[in-house]
Amino acid sequence: MKEVSYYPGCSLHGTAREYDDSIQGVSSLLGIQLQELDDWTCCGASSAHCTSEELAIELAARNLAIAEKSNRELLVPCVACYSRFKAVETELKEHSKKIHFPYQGNVPIRYSLDFFCDGPILEEVKKKRTKPLSGLKVACYYGCLTVRPPKVTGIRQYENPQHMDHLMKLLGAEPIPWSYKTDCCGASLVMTRTDIVRKLSQRLLSMAKEAEADCLVTGCPMCQANLDTRQDELEKETKEKYDLPILYFTELMGLALGHKDVKKWFGRHIVDPVKMLRAKRLM
Amino acid sequence: MNASENTFLAEVHQASGETVQDCYQCQKCSAGCPVAYAMDILPNQVLRHIQYDHREKVLASKTIWICASCYTCSVRCPNNIDIAKIMDTLRNIAIRSGIKPGEKNIPIFHSVFLNTIKSKGRIHELSLILQFKTKTRDFLKDAGLGWKMYKRGKIKLFPSRFGSGKEIQDIFNAFEGSQKKS
Repeated sequence: MKEVSYYPGCSLHGTAREYDDSIQGVSSLLGIQLQELDDWTCCGASSAHCTSEELAIELAARNLAIAEKSNRELLVPCVACYSRFKAVETELKEHSKKIHFPYQGNVPIRYSLDFFCDGPILEEVKKKRTKPLSGLKVACYYGCLTVRPPKVTGIRQYENPQHMDHLMKLLGAEPIPWSYKTDCCGASLVMTRTDIVRKLSQRLLSMAKEAEADCLVTGCPMCQANLDTRQDELEKETKEKYDLPILYFTELMGLALGHKDVKKWFGRHIVDPVKMLRAKRLM
Repeated sequence: MNASENTFLAEVHQASGETVQDCYQCQKCSAGCPVAYAMDILPNQVLRHIQYDHREKVLASKTIWICASCYTCSVRCPNNIDIAKIMDTLRNIAIRSGIKPGEKNIPIFHSVFLNTIKSKGRIHELSLILQFKTKTRDFLKDAGLGWKMYKRGKIKLFPSRFGSGKEIQDIFNAFEGSQKKS
C-alpha cells in the first residue's frame, strides 16, 4: 500500500467537500493511504500573495515544514494551494530565500491531477475499472494554475494539455476537443467582481455546450464553484440553457471504479449530474 | 539600469526580480488577458508606466486589483517577463504605500481573508463571507445561493481553531511589523 501525506486545504472542508470525499474514496480503492497533515493551516491563497510576498511564503512554508517531518510525497488537491507551495520551493531553491520555518525544500509536492495521472496509478485504474463511462462526452477544463506557469507546474503542453483527457479516455469517457481548456474562470474575483466571473464563466459554459459536452471536468475547487453555482442566474440573463454538471475528475474516477458513495458526492452539486448520468445509463 | 537608482522601475525590479525594461510593447500580454476589458490601464501599459516612473498612476489603478493571476501573460511574453508576478509586487507595494486603491472591494476582501487566517488558522468560508458583507454593506447579494449551498452541506456553520495559535500569530506579527517599518 502506497502512503502519502495529504493537505486538503480549506475549500475541501467547505464548499468542495465532494472533492475531498471522492479523493479519499478513490485513493482507498487504489490502495493509496492518505495521511492528513497534523494541524495544517491555510496556505494563504488567494489573498496573501496579493498582500505581502513574505506573508505568502511563511503561511505556506509552515505546512511544508510539517510535511517534511515524514519522507512521504505531499498530495495537494487544490491547485491554488499547490501553486503557493511550489512558489515556496522556487523561492528557496532559485532565490535562496530565507524562511522562518525550518523547511529545507525536500517535500515532493504533487498536485492531485498529476498524481493520479502517474503511470503505475493509471495501470491500477485500468485494472480496477468496473464501469466504463461509455458515451459520456466530457470537456476537460484545466483552468490556469494546473498548467501555468510551466516553470512551476512542469507541464510542457501548457496551451493544450492532454493528461486529464488521457485519464478520461482510460475511464471510458470521450474527451471532446475544445479551445477553452486553459482559460480563466475569474477565480477569487467571485466575491468582489462577480460580474467578471459571470462573464468568463458564461463563455466557458457556452463553449463547452457548443462542443456538445455532457459535463465539464475540473480539478480546481474555485473553478468548480464558479461554474456550478452561477448557471441559474446566467440562464436568466442570456436566455441560453446550460444545465451542465461540473464534476471533479476524482468523482468520475469513483464512478468508473464503482465506488459506493458517488450518489452522495453528486448530491452536493448545484447542477444535478444524476439526471444526465442516468440518461446515459451510467448510474 | 542601476539597482540603487531611486526610481519606480528599480523598486519594482528589486521587489520582483523581473526586468521590466525588457518590454518592447508587443502587447501579447494584453491581447491574451481574459480580464483586460475591465482594466483601466492594459498590462502592456502598466509596464510602460513603470519604465516612465509613473508610480502613482500604476499603484492607484484598477488593473493591479483586477488581475486574476491566471499567468496567461507571463507564459506568452517573448521577453520572459513574469507579468503576473509583477502584478503581485505592485499590489504589495500599493498596500504598503497606503495609496487609495482603484478598486474598493478587492483589497477589503484580501484583508478580511487574512484576518480570518490570523484568528482561526484556516479559512472558514461563512465567517469570511459575513465579515466581507459587514464591511461592504451588501447583505443580500447571493443570499439565495448561500442557502442552496447550505442545504447541500457545502457551508460549515462553525469554525474551529488551528495552527498552534502562536505560530500563526508570529507570522502575522512579523508581517504587521514590516508594514509599519516601511
